[in-house]
Amino acid sequence: MTDRYPDPNLLFKALADVSRRKLLDLLHAHDGRTLSELCAHLDMTRQGVTQHLTVLEEANLVAIRRRGREKLHFLNPVPLQQIYDRWIAKFEKPRLKALTELKRRLENTDE
Amino acid sequence: MSRSTFVYVTYIRTTPEKLWAALTDAEFMKLYWFGMHCESRWTAGSPWRLISETGEVFDAGEIVAADPPRRLVIRWQHLRRPELKAEGESLCTMELEPTASAVKLSITHSVEREPSQLITAVSGGWPKILSNLKSLLETGSIALAEAYPSAANP
Repeated sequence: MTDRYPDPNLLFKALADVSRRKLLDLLHAHDGRTLSELCAHLDMTRQGVTQHLTVLEEANLVAIRRRGREKLHFLNPVPLQQIYDRWIAKFEKPRLKALTELKRRLENTDE
Repeated sequence: MSRSTFVYVTYIRTTPEKLWAALTDAEFMKLYWFGMHCESRWTAGSPWRLISETGEVFDAGEIVAADPPRRLVIRWQHLRRPELKAEGESLCTMELEPTASAVKLSITHSVEREPSQLITAVSGGWPKILSNLKSLLETGSIALAEAYPSAANP
């Protein structure tokens, strides 16, 4: 279950799937959602969404809080911060920012 | 819902006692909290303050519950930025659960309003602080020396 030290491989496995990244995007936009709320945004069975959420939870990317009978899902950004600290933080920010901006303009997307 | 909540979870290879000490010792805190530290007696009802490197009180409140080394609840109000101060009190709960090889640290920070600028403001800080705390306890050194490296805002 999730009560063990997360294997870093699980983190990258969890991120290597478009539906799971969409789930993280949904939680990033609005945290603390129930399974039903998340299902409404995905063209997938409830069971499929549950399985993806379990993978995200085991990677420690999603944290669960209970509110009465409801299970609320929260995006846990700490493992992503660790990726940032390990590989990105030491580089000069302005250069990274300039490249991100260039990519954004060329691709004409919001993110 | 009319509540803004953020949840942060990290697993740290240490003991609950060492983690509790790291969360409540002012000098140790400065090492991973970018020079900031908290002042409190860490018992229910005691005042609590978050103080900057220059001695300015950024946030204040009181300890709602303290059950070392398992659970700490802080009533937390920001004081420095007027728009955040106006949001009133938030509640920060820290839970420490021992697992087979590590301690699971969960921090839940919430305020009874949505959206909340305070919760948005702390949301950028907590992951950095926790990532630093994890590195410090596991390896003896921090990952990020500055919360907002000066190069980021030339």
